[in-house]
Amino acid sequence: MSPKTNTHHTLPEEMHMSTTAETIERLQKQQYKYGWVTDIEQDTLPPGLNEDVIRFISKKKNEPEWMLDWRLKAYRHWLTMKEPKWPKVHYPPIDYQAVSYYSSPKSDEDRPKSLDDIDPKIRETYEKLGIPLNEQLALAGVAVDAVFDSVSVGTTFKEKLSELGIIFCAISEAIQDHPELVKKYIGSVVPTTDNYFAALNSAVFSDGSFVYIPKGVRCPMELSTYFRINAMNTGQFERTLIVAEEGSQVSYLEGCTAPMRDENQLHAAVVELVALDNANIKYSTVQNWYPGDENGKGGIYNFVTKRGIAHTNSKISWTQVETGSAITWKYPSVILKGDNAIGEFYSVAVTNNYQQADTGTKMVHIGKNTRSNIVSKGISAGRSNNSYRGLVQMMKGAANGRNYTQCDSMLVGNECGAHTFPYIDVRNSTAQVEHEATTTKIGEDQIFYCQQRGISEEDAVSMIVNGFCKEVLAELPMEFAVEAQKLLAISLEGSVG
Amino acid sequence: MLEIKNLKASIEDKEILHGLSLQVRPGEVHAIMGPNGSGKSTLARVLAGSDDYEVTGGEITLDGEDIIDLEPDERAQRGIFMAFQYPVEIPGVSNTYFLRTALNSVRKARGEEELSGGDFLKLAREKAKLVDLDPDLMKRSLNVGFSGGEKKRNEIFQMAVLDPRIAILDETDSGLDIDALRVVADGVNKLRNEDRMIIVVTHYQRLLNYIIPDHVHVLVGGQIAKSGDKSLAEELEATGYTELEREVRNAATANT
Ligand SMILES: Nc1ncnc2c1ncn2[C@@H]1O[C@H](COP(=O)(O)OP(=O)(O)O)[C@@H](O)[C@H]1O
Ligand SMILES: [Mg+2]
Repeated sequence: MSPKTNTHHTLPEEMHMSTTAETIERLQKQQYKYGWVTDIEQDTLPPGLNEDVIRFISKKKNEPEWMLDWRLKAYRHWLTMKEPKWPKVHYPPIDYQAVSYYSSPKSDEDRPKSLDDIDPKIRETYEKLGIPLNEQLALAGVAVDAVFDSVSVGTTFKEKLSELGIIFCAISEAIQDHPELVKKYIGSVVPTTDNYFAALNSAVFSDGSFVYIPKGVRCPMELSTYFRINAMNTGQFERTLIVAEEGSQVSYLEGCTAPMRDENQLHAAVVELVALDNANIKYSTVQNWYPGDENGKGGIYNFVTKRGIAHTNSKISWTQVETGSAITWKYPSVILKGDNAIGEFYSVAVTNNYQQADTGTKMVHIGKNTRSNIVSKGISAGRSNNSYRGLVQMMKGAANGRNYTQCDSMLVGNECGAHTFPYIDVRNSTAQVEHEATTTKIGEDQIFYCQQRGISEEDAVSMIVNGFCKEVLAELPMEFAVEAQKLLAISLEGSVG
Repeated sequence: MLEIKNLKASIEDKEILHGLSLQVRPGEVHAIMGPNGSGKSTLARVLAGSDDYEVTGGEITLDGEDIIDLEPDERAQRGIFMAFQYPVEIPGVSNTYFLRTALNSVRKARGEEELSGGDFLKLAREKAKLVDLDPDLMKRSLNVGFSGGEKKRNEIFQMAVLDPRIAILDETDSGLDIDALRVVADGVNKLRNEDRMIIVVTHYQRLLNYIIPDHVHVLVGGQIAKSGDKSLAEELEATGYTELEREVRNAATANT
């Protein structure tokens, strides 16, 4: 009933432990520690959106004609669409003409040929973020693609991976070097017409990652993309495409941060996953975009479309830890097309101050014996609003389809909100859908109990919250689980007492 | 030494403790008895520093230091321990992890070195024997799904590990059958020593057959109505609290 991924682990207590002490130190330093700006010359397109802007981007990327046509078609469709109003989030109207749709470091004019050619200032930025763009210093077993504003600035371990036939590169590179693959799969999971933000992304996406795992290959390292927004008034529109051929396996992770700025910045990404027969894709996100200050000023508007298609006997697993952004609008989904396919969604969403999150998943069961498992943990503090929105759909052919949904909310304080919107649509009588939901308030009695034993209030909150999210954190690759635990503590700073 | 002088405490603007005084010397075991609602838990929680209560008068000093303005964790770091009448549950946080975090927080605050995982486990295993704690309970989430008796044992187990200067046990006997009561009382007795102060809060005399107190105080209506030695507890067992309650009420009317 509750399918587990093979990478499931329990967090060693040791790791948990050092977290607490370090947390305090960091808390004392600053709340959002990624808020600096890298001072480099950038080529930034003036604000505004029209067909010429799209032609400019396409030309900058040296794209073939078909790609430009695809973008323009998406743009023309976007013009006919309306921004969705159904999410439980509120924000002033976005002026799409006030956003700049392309920004790249000047030094990238000629894309760096190798890792050694990366602008030292950019290299330094990633080092400060804990992501060395140097294969010797890299985290053990992790290959990284680094995206800085609109461009990928470097990808590590490319050669090593290519020995196995694995392609891991910037999507702009893939469009040139592997057009047949990109052409076949781009837009096949999230069509350009899918929704307002997906259409916008299709028109103006500038970079992102491309992954291709050949038949039967088990990717030997974690693949990861690190997204950094730097430029002012710039939107980031990345596009990621992962194709896992028959019987292959890959685990992919994305992380994101942005400088602290007073104005809101737009981030509208699209991620498409294709798991062919017997393939296994695990996609993890640690999202820490700038959330805005404690009065709700600034912060990233994060409107993301993530979807995977799972063919026969394959499995797609989404894990997300969402702590940043002023607004999060995001529903990583799985279309369980083939028989026996498995879809999973593990989510922790934390909101504090004036943050708003409307996030969840869609599991669309088409094949027989398809199974899905949803575990969502929402934590709201301050004056924030946190909504789970999930759709479980059992189509006519989904005989014996199974879904289990567990949706837990935790409230910290009295001024925040937690909401659950589960939609269930069952069209096959042999399918079963189970939904459980709980709401708890972080108890003052729990905090007092911890304090009575000698644990500080901040540590107590961090411990209680980490305990609440344990099942989800255990799904993350080990290195990132530690990071995520720390993030949870930092995001909730000042939320009690 | 713990000294409480003329302590007044309120909850939600309602005064519960009306000027309570008590002295506990190192090595002593004091029993606080009294009817339901007389303020026993209030006293325990005020000593532990719960911010549900407002201290409106009086003094509390531990070894000469005024502790009224200290946070609960700062008090714990100075060796104040309270076994809760209703221990809380924390899902997803293992008993061992919780206790190790607590112990190391206390050690750190005292400038002592933190215990490694291995050393901690050794210590915990040894102390668990004191109250016959099922080793499985150490791995489980803190108090989640524990029976009433297991929760109380776990409190005394934590006390044993934290090795406090003063322990306040709030109704540790409630919900225990006679066998469990013996085990827990035995555990507490083993933790008695010439430096440690222990305050045993209980409604019934039963527990005091196993943990023999040096002094017994009866709390009625937020004040100590009577103090004595262990024979006072036996007396009360026979007479009940009604007589004392009436006396206190009469004295109160006489005063107004
Ligand atoms: N939150 C509260 N608000 C108002 N009165 C309270 C609250 N909590 C406890 N009390 C009152 O304080 C008094 C003492 O309670 P307590 O200390 O729990 O007594 P005991 O432990 O002796 O049974 C009781 O009259 C109780 O009703
Ligand atoms: Mg009580």
